[in-house]
Amino acid sequence: MRLEYFQLIDRIVELNLADRKITCEATVPTASTIFEGHFPGYPLMPGVLLVEAMAQTSGWLVVAVNRFERMPFLASIKDAKLRTFVLPGQVLSVTSHLAHEGSGYAVLNARISFDGKAVADATLTLRVLDFPNAEMAEQMRKQADTIGLKIEARADG
Amino acid sequence: MSSTFETIANIIAETCDIPRDSITAESHAINDLGIDSLDFLDIAFAIDKAFGIKLPLEQWTQEVSDGKATTDQYFVLKNLSARIDELVAAKGA
Repeated sequence: MRLEYFQLIDRIVELNLADRKITCEATVPTASTIFEGHFPGYPLMPGVLLVEAMAQTSGWLVVAVNRFERMPFLASIKDAKLRTFVLPGQVLSVTSHLAHEGSGYAVLNARISFDGKAVADATLTLRVLDFPNAEMAEQMRKQADTIGLKIEARADG
Repeated sequence: MSSTFETIANIIAETCDIPRDSITAESHAINDLGIDSLDFLDIAFAIDKAFGIKLPLEQWTQEVSDGKATTDQYFVLKNLSARIDELVAAKGA
């Protein structure tokens, strides 16, 4: 995670376009200014950022399904559950399944686990729109390369 | 009243917490019931699931934006019911 850049996902571990599923890895940094306030003397990964990690994971799946033609934006969060504390240094597994692909929106079931134990889960709705501009599309492609969303992965499925 | 209308009226009542008896076939989802675009996504999801279809919301929105259709054609519930029936029929064809 690069919290200062709001990049919650480190790499894509598995992308299965046929099953509409993705698994990402996200390592909580051992140090961040966020932990100075959340909380002094007891650093915890904020729950809202866990939700964001699920949203970004879900977003990469939607980007891949749409072969980088469209951009997902978080629209709603339902049944978000934060089941346990997440500490600096923990390596999280973030998964998402595309439950429904509607016209201009997608519904996904996302989950975070640590050492095989459930950490958080939520049902997310993403609006799926055209990229607002070419620069954003290009930046998303660059970020995709950084986290291992390869062109081969975009082309199959 | 058609079962399609009953289904979508129940979906709207449950999704948007609108009293069921205030929803009629003549109701306009946006103008009369005050449903915004985000709530309509939830309704569309429930309709898609209930009928096994994909409401072409983007196409409809574009048609309205281009002046080729009015919102009444898609968002007055009796008309929405008719569009859903058409989509269901097309799926089975």
